[in-house]
Amino acid sequence: METKLTNQIVLNKIKQKFPSAILSTEEFQGDFILYVDTNQIHELLKFLKEDSELCFEQSTDITAVDWATRKNRFSMVYQLLSYKNNYRLRVMCYVDGSLHHPTVSDIWPGANWQEREVYDMYGIIFDNHPDLRRMYLPEYFEKYPLRKDYPLMGNPGDFKLPTIIED
Amino acid sequence: MGLEALLRGEDFITTTIDEVIAWARKSSLWPMPMGISCCAIEFIAVNDPKYDLSRFGAEVARFSPRQADVMIVAGTVTYKMAHVVRRIYDQMPSPKWVIAMGACTSSGGMYRSYPVVQGIDQFLPVDIYVAGCPPRPDNLINAIIELQKKVEKTRARDFQDKI
Amino acid sequence: MENKINEVPRINFVDPEEAAIYKALQKQSEIIIEDKLENTMVLNMGPQHPATHGVLRLLLKLDGERVVGCVPELGYLHRGYEKLAENMTYYEYIPHTDRLDYLATMANNVHYVLAVEKLAGIDIPDRAKWIRMIVAELSRIASHLIGIGTMAMDVGALTILLWSLREREKIQSIFDKVCGARFTTSYTRIGGVASDIDDEGIAMIKKFIDEFPFYLHEMEKLLHTNKIFLDRCEGIAYISKEDAIAIGFTGPNLRGSGVEWDLRVKQPYLFYDKVDFKVPTYTEGDALARYYVRVDETLESCKIIRQCLEKMQPGSIIANEPKKVLPKKEEIYTRMEELIHDFMLVNFGMNPPKGNIYAGFENPKGELGFYIVSQGKGYPWKLKIRSPSFNNLQALPMLVKGHLVSDVVAIIGSIDPVMGEADK
Repeated sequence: METKLTNQIVLNKIKQKFPSAILSTEEFQGDFILYVDTNQIHELLKFLKEDSELCFEQSTDITAVDWATRKNRFSMVYQLLSYKNNYRLRVMCYVDGSLHHPTVSDIWPGANWQEREVYDMYGIIFDNHPDLRRMYLPEYFEKYPLRKDYPLMGNPGDFKLPTIIED
Repeated sequence: MGLEALLRGEDFITTTIDEVIAWARKSSLWPMPMGISCCAIEFIAVNDPKYDLSRFGAEVARFSPRQADVMIVAGTVTYKMAHVVRRIYDQMPSPKWVIAMGACTSSGGMYRSYPVVQGIDQFLPVDIYVAGCPPRPDNLINAIIELQKKVEKTRARDFQDKI
Repeated sequence: MENKINEVPRINFVDPEEAAIYKALQKQSEIIIEDKLENTMVLNMGPQHPATHGVLRLLLKLDGERVVGCVPELGYLHRGYEKLAENMTYYEYIPHTDRLDYLATMANNVHYVLAVEKLAGIDIPDRAKWIRMIVAELSRIASHLIGIGTMAMDVGALTILLWSLREREKIQSIFDKVCGARFTTSYTRIGGVASDIDDEGIAMIKKFIDEFPFYLHEMEKLLHTNKIFLDRCEGIAYISKEDAIAIGFTGPNLRGSGVEWDLRVKQPYLFYDKVDFKVPTYTEGDALARYYVRVDETLESCKIIRQCLEKMQPGSIIANEPKKVLPKKEEIYTRMEELIHDFMLVNFGMNPPKGNIYAGFENPKGELGFYIVSQGKGYPWKLKIRSPSFNNLQALPMLVKGHLVSDVVAIIGSIDPVMGEADK
């Protein structure tokens, strides 16, 4: 099935509905990336899923990037895939300073665990998430490992070894 | 071969109880495979028709710790999993032995990072370390033979007071 | 004295760490049978279990023998892959990608190197592309053999596991001949592959793909008309087309629900557009359909390998780009330029342009994707692995509700997760 969508069509459709949302676009090695304003991210993603022509049915991946030295330290990355049009899109937006971000698990059910993993690794809290717990690390662990100020080997005493009972 | 030569002409053989018990223990080491990651696949490959582990009496892989003799820890042990491994080790009845299979269990392996325990001998008493990532099945069979040599030298009263 | 039998037993939390999981389990479960019984039991299918494909912990809330709620817990094999990637160069990370999906090791290598080459913009020679396709398809057969064997073993047919392991040993001997290691190969390099396949290797591959359909047919004769197997797997864990797409399924799980989507056909990479193969799709959406998809895919892979062997021409196997690709060993020892390039590439890494890419490919388990952010240095600023087993396991609580405890094992086998990949 050939791609009926091109980058320009997608851009025009989004600009019609949300004239002020897109800050900039980028094309790199065949990928199309949209940089979006944080306040309108939830409505924009909802529109991307529900529009009958664009129809992005699956959120392939949700992650976050830690730019250690920029003014806005974290940015969220959404990879979207449309089965109907065989088209991939990436949407990036900054996370504001309070580290609270709207959740998209009401739009795509598959985003539930992906956002839990972002919370576990980076510490970004998602509002209205049904079940925000840690994914990979034990519950008593207090730090967020993938941030740039956490060392690779960890700090001594972060994790507990099992207690040995002599018989 | 062994026994018939001794019995030819006579009706009894002389030995010590320790040797008989050690011979029985070493020839039927029932492993408990603590298969966590990639080394577990090589442990499964040791049981398949090409590298046969049942020649050494160790084919009965019991997944319940109460019925096993030797625990083969195969795979990377993280801090979260370490509590589980120790609990299962405590449930095994003695005499019990531990084989640390692969580089990840011996010293942390290629994962020098925050969640990986750098060597399981920080919380378990290990008898045999097997090198390799993952060790070839021949290497694991060599480890079982070395463990059999170690078991042959034990005496029955070594395990008298342990549960 | 009050009658204490009618009180609902409360769980005493010995471990404060476990409190959050039990709370999530309370929220998730619903009673679906008409007469609401008051005694439900929480069963822990712990991380050490013979039938949960690795270290997966399941907390099941049971009403008699039926499951009313399920919360999986991952993280027992979390090794810190993404943090490791930020501290080592692109070359040094290739052995780590082996251990992601440790049943199909060559496929992970190929997909990681393809992602880095997309980022850096390197073209590779034709023979390297054909060789990569051959080893990726061989590892697809190896992974599906374990998927078939363990699902049959979980349901009760132990013979099938030993037969499929015997076939897998032949594939591992082929890998031993081609690249030197039978299990964790690190065969591909950025710019091509490490070494060429000689005539003996090609003869071994031809012999394997000629004999494989006969052995697969032997396994089918034993299992596919067996009433016990069909009763245990048919109609279990139905998932519809829209649910499968929304929850994040990819790979054979998606094709078992009627969606004809295969990344080798829709977004082709390497030379998949030049070979001719079918994409097996079944519309029933239950555990048996997912099993049949895997069996049919192994035969399609044999077809692909046969066509690759016919179309492959002799040539070079590594690209000729001095600033990004490691030079040949003979030249390093004798010439000056190559020595300097080797030193710079090994110590400081290859420097791709600044930017970020996402590249997704068809792993035997689903869509394996790499999201790489590069700031122009020798090591990536961020590397995220989109693992198919992680997203496939997300559907498990939904699929298990309403079934018996013994069906849980068959359902996990039909999803075919690998914990090394799901926990990263």
